[in-house]
Amino acid sequence: MADRVLLPGEARGTALVLDEPLSMWGGLDPHSGRIIDRRHPQVGETVTGRILVMPTGRGSSSAASVIAEAIRLRTAPAAIVMAHPDDILLVGAVVAEELYGITCPVVVVDRIRFDEIATGDVLTVGPGGLGEDG
Amino acid sequence: MTLHLSDFDRSFLDGEHGEAGALAMRILVRMGEAGGAERFIDITSAHLDSCLYHGEAGLDFAERLAATGGRVRVPTTLNVSSLDLLHPELFRGDATLAEHGRRLMAAYVAIGGEPTWTCAPYQSAHRPAFGEHIAWAESNAIVFANSVLGARTDRYGDFIDACAAITGRVPEAGLHLDERRAARAVFGLEGLPDRVARSEALYPVLGHLVGGATGTLVPVITGLPPEASEDDLKALGAAAASSGGVAMFHAVGVTPEADTLEDALLGGEPDLVIDVSLTALRSAWDDLSTATDGPLTAISVGTPHFSVHEMRRMALLFDGRPVAASVSVYLNTSREELAEAAADGTAGRLREAGVHIVTDTCTYITPIMGDLDGVVMTNSGKWAYYAPGNMGVEVAFGTLEDCVESAIAGRVVRDEAVWRG
Repeated sequence: MADRVLLPGEARGTALVLDEPLSMWGGLDPHSGRIIDRRHPQVGETVTGRILVMPTGRGSSSAASVIAEAIRLRTAPAAIVMAHPDDILLVGAVVAEELYGITCPVVVVDRIRFDEIATGDVLTVGPGGLGEDG
Repeated sequence: MTLHLSDFDRSFLDGEHGEAGALAMRILVRMGEAGGAERFIDITSAHLDSCLYHGEAGLDFAERLAATGGRVRVPTTLNVSSLDLLHPELFRGDATLAEHGRRLMAAYVAIGGEPTWTCAPYQSAHRPAFGEHIAWAESNAIVFANSVLGARTDRYGDFIDACAAITGRVPEAGLHLDERRAARAVFGLEGLPDRVARSEALYPVLGHLVGGATGTLVPVITGLPPEASEDDLKALGAAAASSGGVAMFHAVGVTPEADTLEDALLGGEPDLVIDVSLTALRSAWDDLSTATDGPLTAISVGTPHFSVHEMRRMALLFDGRPVAASVSVYLNTSREELAEAAADGTAGRLREAGVHIVTDTCTYITPIMGDLDGVVMTNSGKWAYYAPGNMGVEVAFGTLEDCVESAIAGRVVRDEAVWRG
């Protein structure tokens, strides 16, 4: 199945695969780019400049504002790759692009591909979706 | 699939309704295309979560809308904000947060939002009717509107809520569509002892369990007592929307699209069937607390905002006894519910007991509570879920009765008899 590019753009970075969905609100500090949800297994990791790979979104409507603020402050991931689309994260990225001209691409890949991605893989995102470097 | 735009939709893109209207429709089109919608539909109301301050991006967006002619086209209520404008002395945050929070509120009032400042707009006069399409944000309001009222809203977040209000249009997608409202996970309560089914603790605890187990599937609950009140269902939905992505649930014999299990399933087969055991509920109850002893410093109730009924019940539970000097008790509610509680003397009795009443905002999203060394107690599954991360506090979860008894005793008191095997 082809990737679904929800917000097109180009990015390259190392993957950070989340073991569980992350609620951005209360879960991501937009000033530092760090995961601060104490219930999340990857609390303390930094998302800045990474390709953030997460199965789905979680929780509050406010996630959109948090991801937009992280994009504005340039602490956001280089791109977001998901197994299921999440409108709340997507609208945050769309608005940040409208307001600041900074693009954080959002791509949905099928579950089989999704499961093959490991933290540390170097990934590229382009017009067709997700690619992988050597 | 392509997204078909009506002439009316195009008139926004063409700038006939101002720059703000064009920006709003551009964002809606991008979201509609990404979601695979074929067309837009009209909405009858909007509830905006964007008025809660999370940083300058949200403020930039709101002020851009207000400065470029944005105006809502449908009745629009506003969610909790960062400030209690009625009780400003309760705010302990810094001046920048206060100033930005106030500017954000002003921008959304300027585009025509009603200054309701509540996460429970469904408790007020603005109750959408069964089958109405609406664009509501705020997870507990979404789940209540879909589940309890039978109105239809997708899971909207910040920004798109304002775009919908300005255009009166949303993509025809998600929970606006019949088939997406079909239950796909069944939770049966038939194996639980009667005392659990009759307990008010059932609702937030069950919600926490259901949210964690369903992910984004629509759940249906069988065996929920038919006398479940709106306050009970509010607690269930809010907890389920916090621990999971639940935007709608059915309860057979209780909610309007579930006269029977078959109705809720819309003729389909469930992907998941769970017989809820006492052990599983007990474990969900435990999971909502990070601490159950230690010095009790504060108590917070009213997440989502308390109804006047809940305030009356709390006043009765105090029964003239005061809050212990070592504990601060906060009750979150809306201006409208507070006005009713003030009129019949309930608010006065609560304040006499020592309860701080907070409006317009909520204790877990803005700095209101003082010294947080020690345990904070709540009867809200949602508060218990978010506060440890947002505020770094230890939380003890209990019923409203537990909270009142703890407030008076000055230590955590929890009646756990209901959970014993």
